[in-house]
Amino acid sequence: MAKITLSKLRHSYYPNPKSADDYALKEIDLDWTDGGAYALLGPSGCGKSTLLNIISGLLVPSEGRILFDGQDVTELPPDKRNIAQVFQFPVIYDTMTVYDNLAFPLRNRGRDEATVRERVTAIAEMLELSDLLDRKAAHLSPDNKQKISMGRGLVRQDVNVVMFDEPLTVIDPHLKWKLRSKLKELHQRVRATMIYVTHDQTEALTFADQVVVMQEGEVVQIGTPVELFDRPAHTFVGHFIGSPGMNILPAEVSDGVAHFAGQAIPLEGPITAVAGTRTEIGIRPEFVSLGQSGLPATVTKVSDVGRHTVVECEVAGSRVNAIVNGPGPNRGAMVFLDFRRDQTRLYADGWIASTAGESAT
Amino acid sequence: MKTENQKAWFFVLPVLLLVAFNALIPMMTVVNYSVQETFGDNVFFWQGLDWFEQILRSDRFHAALGRQFLFTFLILVIEVPLGIAIALSMPRKGIWVPVCLVLMALPMLIPWNVVGAMWNIFTLPDIGLLGYFLNHVMGIDYDMTQDPLAAWITIVTMDVWHWTSLVVLLSYAGLVSIPDAYYQAAKIDGASNWAVFRFIQLPKMKTVLTIAILLRFMDSFNIYTEPFVMTGGGPGNSTTLLSIDLVKIALGQFDLGPAAAMSLIYFAITLLVSWLFYTLMTKDDLN
Repeated sequence: MAKITLSKLRHSYYPNPKSADDYALKEIDLDWTDGGAYALLGPSGCGKSTLLNIISGLLVPSEGRILFDGQDVTELPPDKRNIAQVFQFPVIYDTMTVYDNLAFPLRNRGRDEATVRERVTAIAEMLELSDLLDRKAAHLSPDNKQKISMGRGLVRQDVNVVMFDEPLTVIDPHLKWKLRSKLKELHQRVRATMIYVTHDQTEALTFADQVVVMQEGEVVQIGTPVELFDRPAHTFVGHFIGSPGMNILPAEVSDGVAHFAGQAIPLEGPITAVAGTRTEIGIRPEFVSLGQSGLPATVTKVSDVGRHTVVECEVAGSRVNAIVNGPGPNRGAMVFLDFRRDQTRLYADGWIASTAGESAT
Repeated sequence: MKTENQKAWFFVLPVLLLVAFNALIPMMTVVNYSVQETFGDNVFFWQGLDWFEQILRSDRFHAALGRQFLFTFLILVIEVPLGIAIALSMPRKGIWVPVCLVLMALPMLIPWNVVGAMWNIFTLPDIGLLGYFLNHVMGIDYDMTQDPLAAWITIVTMDVWHWTSLVVLLSYAGLVSIPDAYYQAAKIDGASNWAVFRFIQLPKMKTVLTIAILLRFMDSFNIYTEPFVMTGGGPGNSTTLLSIDLVKIALGQFDLGPAAAMSLIYFAITLLVSWLFYTLMTKDDLN
């Protein structure tokens, strides 16, 4: 187990990158502490798999260094880095039994059979594979196959980091939940540094202590799930996390006051110097309520999602979602929207531009 | 309410006719010949299983069968590992892929008797490129019309040249279907190149290799054209393989009864070996 440092990392798949757009990964500086559970969250194509492959050594970055416990491993091949990786599709060795599959990484490194037996039985027990140890791995169900892949990643005790590349993609929904909590439990038991790559916010938020949100090759925010939800540093984070995501509304700022649809909108606190040209107000649907006064809006859609109702409204050509408890208004109804002040933030060119004021708790 | 009728028979009629004229009727004609004796004029005498007994007891048949198994064994032992090795060393991506594939497919596009004629000329001691080179430059006495060993080396080499590509192409198809994640996982698991071959590549190639071996077995076991063109079964009887012997009996000596019995035995052996091999190779996949 080790602390992982990414220093001034950049990567391009082109041999001679010219502009910033040629880079799949724009400059990244990150520290991952020993024993942490991290998630790399972002939409498809945001560079998270590239970053993962650079950490595992399957890819050598164009620029920058990777350090494990302060030691430079940038040029080392995967097998010299002492890492483990679980892939999107289960990788199992068809001709071997489950036991031999789990023993494979240990035997390749010349561990004696007693150690192998001890580790394999321990891991199999954690993953609930004990009954299957003598079976051929080829004919198992996808979730059991993926458990074997995970087991091979966890079977070595001395790995620097275990990485998961969207490991639950091929798993049935009802088993996803089970495996996800299993993984969390495993992390608490083995205390290895784990990095979990996914585009699914639920997976990221349930697994990780710290979530790294990426967009177009850039890290836009690092934080605990609560931080990401409460105070997104970027409109992308606000929009990407949450269901539905944050409302992002075009705003005009004059004399330190933000205006939307012709009305002044009270913000959480003072606006920091607005350098950007594009200013937006961000408010989560959870903090928009329907009342007797406020912004006049027309209800365009009402969806009952079980626990609550999502009311979609239109205000001056912009769409605003509100989450209300109990039955919502009818479609086409005229309502008034009220934004909770301490949750109303200002964004300039995508980045947060308001500070938490006295009204914030 | 459904009305029952017999119209469906018309739909299976074409395929029924095809199979009948293509396989059943010719086959039954052979069966008919194999149990009778004829001296022409469509006069037949009942022989029972005499011809079968005669063929199965004949030294000539045993010798031809032995040569046939030896030939098939040799070409399988050479072509399968060689084909796998070539497939492994071929590029998986890039502009060289189509070039390699076309080069590999070329020998298989040449008609069989042309292959025989080519190799015949190629190995002639006086004018053939290889024959002349071996005899006059290397000083090796090499003449397949005189020396049985030279004849065997020539027909085996010819078959390897002609058909290794089939094993290559099928193995290659198996190899490219392996997702990258397998190689990456193996790297991370610390697997050696041999382990990657043994536990990833070979198992993934198993199905196509089974087909490749089966095809090569059947084709080589029934081989006729190339050795006929090249050696005509000689020198002596040294390259008289089963099918060449069969044609000699049937058309050379016009012994239709024994030839028919021999064809059926020949067919039964091919069928039996293919079935055994296929059953053994696929028995793991069933449970």
